[in-house]
Amino acid sequence: MDEEEVADLLATYHISLEQLPKVYHDDPAVRAIGGDVGNVIRITRDSRTAGRAEAYRLVMKRPKK
Amino acid sequence: MNNDMEQRIDTLVLPYRTREDLKAILHERDITDEEFDQILAMVFSEYEKSRIEPCEAVGVVAAQSIGEPGTQMTMRTFHYAGVAEINVTLGLPRLIEIMDARREPSTPTMAVYLLDEWTFNRDRAREVSWQIEAAPLHEFGDITIDMENMQVLVLLNKSVCDRRKITVDEIFETAPRKIREKRHFRDFDVEGDPKKATITFIPKNRESYQNLFQLAEHVRNVIVQGIDDIERVVVRKEGGEYILYTEGSNLKDVFEVEGVDTARTRSNNISEIADVLGIEAGRNAIIQEALSTLNEQGIGVDVRHIMLVADMMCMDGEVKQIGRHGIAGEKESVLSRAAFEVTVNHLLDAAIANEVDELNGVTENVIVGQPIQLGTGDVKLIAKPINLKI
Repeated sequence: MDEEEVADLLATYHISLEQLPKVYHDDPAVRAIGGDVGNVIRITRDSRTAGRAEAYRLVMKRPKK
Repeated sequence: MNNDMEQRIDTLVLPYRTREDLKAILHERDITDEEFDQILAMVFSEYEKSRIEPCEAVGVVAAQSIGEPGTQMTMRTFHYAGVAEINVTLGLPRLIEIMDARREPSTPTMAVYLLDEWTFNRDRAREVSWQIEAAPLHEFGDITIDMENMQVLVLLNKSVCDRRKITVDEIFETAPRKIREKRHFRDFDVEGDPKKATITFIPKNRESYQNLFQLAEHVRNVIVQGIDDIERVVVRKEGGEYILYTEGSNLKDVFEVEGVDTARTRSNNISEIADVLGIEAGRNAIIQEALSTLNEQGIGVDVRHIMLVADMMCMDGEVKQIGRHGIAGEKESVLSRAAFEVTVNHLLDAAIANEVDELNGVTENVIVGQPIQLGTGDVKLIAKPINLKI
């Protein structure tokens, strides 16, 4: 998602970027679409209740153990 | 219904399925614009009613809705799941396993689906199963210990090798390599004779009989074909196609076997799915596994409760357990954490770290004896003394 879309998303839900669900930068799905740390990705899920649902995740670095 | 109406439905802020249903129902009917507006108004009011209220305690509702039917579940169910002799943990133990986000389930299994060319032919399905099932060397021939010359002799059975589509050369290459991977400190020499299909293992240490017998044991059990983690494969026919059920799970390697349908193949190892296919796939697997475990016991729990649990577990990009090492252990509030498990440790750590509890949550307020911030406790009345004449 581009920056404008992200700003819109955060405004509609009245949340900050950090409050989005996260996904690690080395997640296989993120690597497949080429997302970088700090990007927000839009996920279209097959939902059992709504048929199709959109979700968002913030790409972040995997913390070192 | 005309095209204009259909386009209007598409732009509505309704769930995808509701819009599709609406289109399907209205498709064949003759309706005027006025009627259409009325229908939309009613659909919207119904939709608004079906939505959850803001500030509703969804977590508590979900916990109750899963917890109560959970008490009805059979405590210990270790029976065969109907799938050809493969034992699968079911019932409450399985549900606990899912919620605890174990690295490895107690009975990992896979259902391997095959691509069209393989799935309708029994023999070809069997061929794929040989590529998957771990087969030790002793299944391919006779192994004898030659005590006089201090060596282990392997005489390969060519017809078995041909039937299982593995060449003698391949065995020559893999067997010593795999043994060395496991036990590199006890070295040995290998001599192979492709014409007679024999392999001779000669230990470097030529004095010890114990060493020789240990080497023979390794030779016997070395896995020369298939994937190490998959102990057994059962081919079953379901609805016209052949499906492989496995004992043991290894998604990554199974995906590389020719003929496997990577889109439909399933595993019950959730953390493995999250590692190989990503966190979103892990979320789906949690929902699928939890729901099928409950439904198998004849317990109906709404998906939305399970979806909430799965969402919480996958919030931070990895599958976290529900418990003191996961969600409950990462709560902001000290009192809330202390109320869960290992009370003293949490209080002690919090005291050392000079933590402050803002008393925002439910648990904290119950502990200190204040009204909680939910339901009637959330409403604050402020009296404004205007026009108040007695």
